[in-house]
Amino acid sequence: MSVLVFADSSEGKFKKTAFEVVSYGKKVAEELGTNLVALTINGGDASELYAFGAEKVLEVKNDLSTFNAKAYASIINQAAEAQSANVVVIDSSVDGLYVAPMVAVAMNAGYASNVVALPSSTAPFTVKRKAFSNKAFSNTIVSTDKKVIGVAKNSYGAHENAVAGSAETFSANVPEMGVTSESVDKATGVITIADADIVVSAGRGLKGPENWGMVEELASVLGAATACSKPVSDLGWRPHSEHVGQTGKPVASNLYIAIGISGAIQHLAGINASKVKVVINTDPEAPFFKAADYGIVGDAFEFVPQLVEKLKAFKQA
Amino acid sequence: MKILVCISHVPDTTSKINFTDNDTKFDANGVQFVINPYDEFSLTRAMWFKEKQGATVTVVNVGEASTEPTLRKALAIGADDAIRVNVNPTDGFLVAKELATIVKNGGYDVVLAGKESADYNGQMVPGMLASLVDFNFVNGCVGMEVDGTAVSATREIDGGEEKVSTSLPIVIAGQKGIVEEKDLRIPNMRGIMMARKKPLNVVESSGVTASTATQSFEKPAPKGAVKLVDNVDDLINLLHNEAKVI
Ligand SMILES: Cc1cc2nc3c(=O)[nH]c(=O)nc-3n(C[C@H](O)[C@H](O)[C@H](O)COP(=O)(O)OP(=O)(O)OC[C@H]3O[C@@H](n4cnc5c(N)ncnc54)[C@H](O)[C@@H]3O)c2cc1C
Repeated sequence: MSVLVFADSSEGKFKKTAFEVVSYGKKVAEELGTNLVALTINGGDASELYAFGAEKVLEVKNDLSTFNAKAYASIINQAAEAQSANVVVIDSSVDGLYVAPMVAVAMNAGYASNVVALPSSTAPFTVKRKAFSNKAFSNTIVSTDKKVIGVAKNSYGAHENAVAGSAETFSANVPEMGVTSESVDKATGVITIADADIVVSAGRGLKGPENWGMVEELASVLGAATACSKPVSDLGWRPHSEHVGQTGKPVASNLYIAIGISGAIQHLAGINASKVKVVINTDPEAPFFKAADYGIVGDAFEFVPQLVEKLKAFKQA
Repeated sequence: MKILVCISHVPDTTSKINFTDNDTKFDANGVQFVINPYDEFSLTRAMWFKEKQGATVTVVNVGEASTEPTLRKALAIGADDAIRVNVNPTDGFLVAKELATIVKNGGYDVVLAGKESADYNGQMVPGMLASLVDFNFVNGCVGMEVDGTAVSATREIDGGEEKVSTSLPIVIAGQKGIVEEKDLRIPNMRGIMMARKKPLNVVESSGVTASTATQSFEKPAPKGAVKLVDNVDDLINLLHNEAKVI
C-alpha cells in the first residue's frame, strides 16, 4: 500500500499546488502508516518535492508537450497500480480538476473533491469538503477501497517536511488521446488569479475603465493579480478572465482586497475561501463589510493612491 | 445530432443554507430551486445547435420527483423531451453511473453538462461520465463548434485559453462563455404551455451504489466583526503585524 500524489507542473516547473498536495499526501501516508510516492509528468527537479515529504518520486518523461487529461489520467492510474496506491491525491488546479474524475473511474475509486482539511478519520475515511458555493462544508465518508482526494487550493498549505528522497524513471503507456491541443493563448508576465497569493479586485464603484491604473499599480506593488466584479467585465471595462464570483472565477488567496465592490452574495460565493479580506467602500452599509476582516469606509479615489504610496515605502523599508 | 443535456437541480444562489436532523440533511424549506447556472449555459448552447444545425435535445436529471419542475423549465426553454432517473443523487460517482446508462442506451452524439453544480460543487460528474462511456471530454469549455463529426472547442486554463480539436461522441462541461449571458433564455408563455405536453420519462435506478456519503454538514465559523480603520497606515500595520499577509 502507498499514497500517491500527482505533482502537477507547467513548462517543467512544479505548480505551487504541487507542494501543497505533497505536504497533504505526506500527512495522510503517516496517518495510514505507509509511504508517499509522488508522480511527475515532465515535471521539475524532484528534490523540490523531497523537501515537502516525498520519499519516492516517479518521473515520467515523454513528448507530451502540453497537458492532456486522458493521457494524464491513464499515467496516474498506471502509477497507482504499480505502487499499489489506495489513496491518490490531486490538486485543484484547472488541470487537476480535469483529470481527477477520470482517474477515479480508472481506479474505480470514490472521489472527494474540494477537500479543505486532513482526514478527520481514516477508518472510515472522512474528509471535510466545501459545499454550497462555500456557504457550508460536508463531512464526507469515502467508502470505497480506493480513494481519490482533490485538495482545494490554499486550504492545507505547503509545509516543509524534508526527507531523503530518491527519484526513478517510470515508463507509462500513453493511450490514444482523443483531444488534441491546437493552440494556447496565455497572458505572459501577469500573475493569474489562480496562482496569486494576493488579489486586488475592483467593482463598479470605480466608475470606468480609465480608473484602473491605480488598481494595477496597487497590484504591482503587492505582487498581486487583478480581478473585478461581474458588472465590470460585463460592461467590458475589464476582461472576462478577471471576473470573480459564483459565475466567474473562484479565488482562494491569502489576501483579497475589494475596492468599490458592494459584496453581493454571488460575488462573495467566489471569494469566501480567501483568508483575509479587505474592503474599501464609500457606503458603510455595503454588505461586503459583513464579510470582511478589515475595512475602510471611504472613497477609493482618495485611499487607493495613498495605499500605493505607503506600501511602496513599506516595501522599501 | 442527438444531444443530451445534464440538468442539476440546485438552490438559487441567494438561498440561505440550513441543515436539519442534527446537521445531517439539507433543509429545503423555503428554498427556491433552479436549473444549475452552469447547466443553463450548456442548455442554451444545445438550443443553438437545435436551431442552427438541426439537433434533438433531451434533458436529464438524476433526482427525485421534486426536481420535475426544473426539468419542465428546461422543456419550456425548448428541449424536446426529458428523462428523470429516480434516484436520490447522494454522490457524484453514482450520478455519473446512472447517466452513463442513459447515454449508452440513448445513442447520443453530444452530452452537455455544466462544469460544476452550485450545491455540492463536486466538479466530477462530466469527467466521470466521459470516462465511463469512453467519449472525448472537454472540461471548463468556453466555446464549441461541431462540423460533421469534428469538434473544435476552447477551454479555460490558468491565465488563458486553450483551443482543442476532437471528435464526436463527446462530453462537454460548459461554463459562461459557451454562450454569452445575454443569450440565456427565460421561458415564455408558449414554451411553458408546450412543455406541459412534452414527454418526461421516469426511469428507475440501474442499481449502482454510492461511493461516498455525507456524514454531516457544517457551516463556517461565524466571522468576527470587521475592523474598521480610517487611514492606510493602520491598515498596512494590521495586514503586516496581525494578519501577517504582507
Ligand atoms: C445569477 C447571478 C450570478 C451572479 N454572479 C456574479 C459573480 O460571479 N460575480 C459578481 O461579482 N457578481 C455576480 N452577480 C452580480 C451581483 O449580484 C452584483 O450585481 C455585483 O457583484 C455587483 O458588482 P459591484 O459591487 O461591482 O457593483 P455595485 O453593486 O454597483 O456596487 C458598487 C459599490 O461600489 C461602492 N462605491 C461607489 N463609489 C465608490 C468610491 N468612489 N469608492 C469606494 N467605493 C465606491 C458603492 O458603495 C457600492 O457598494 C451575479 C448575479 C446573479 C443574479
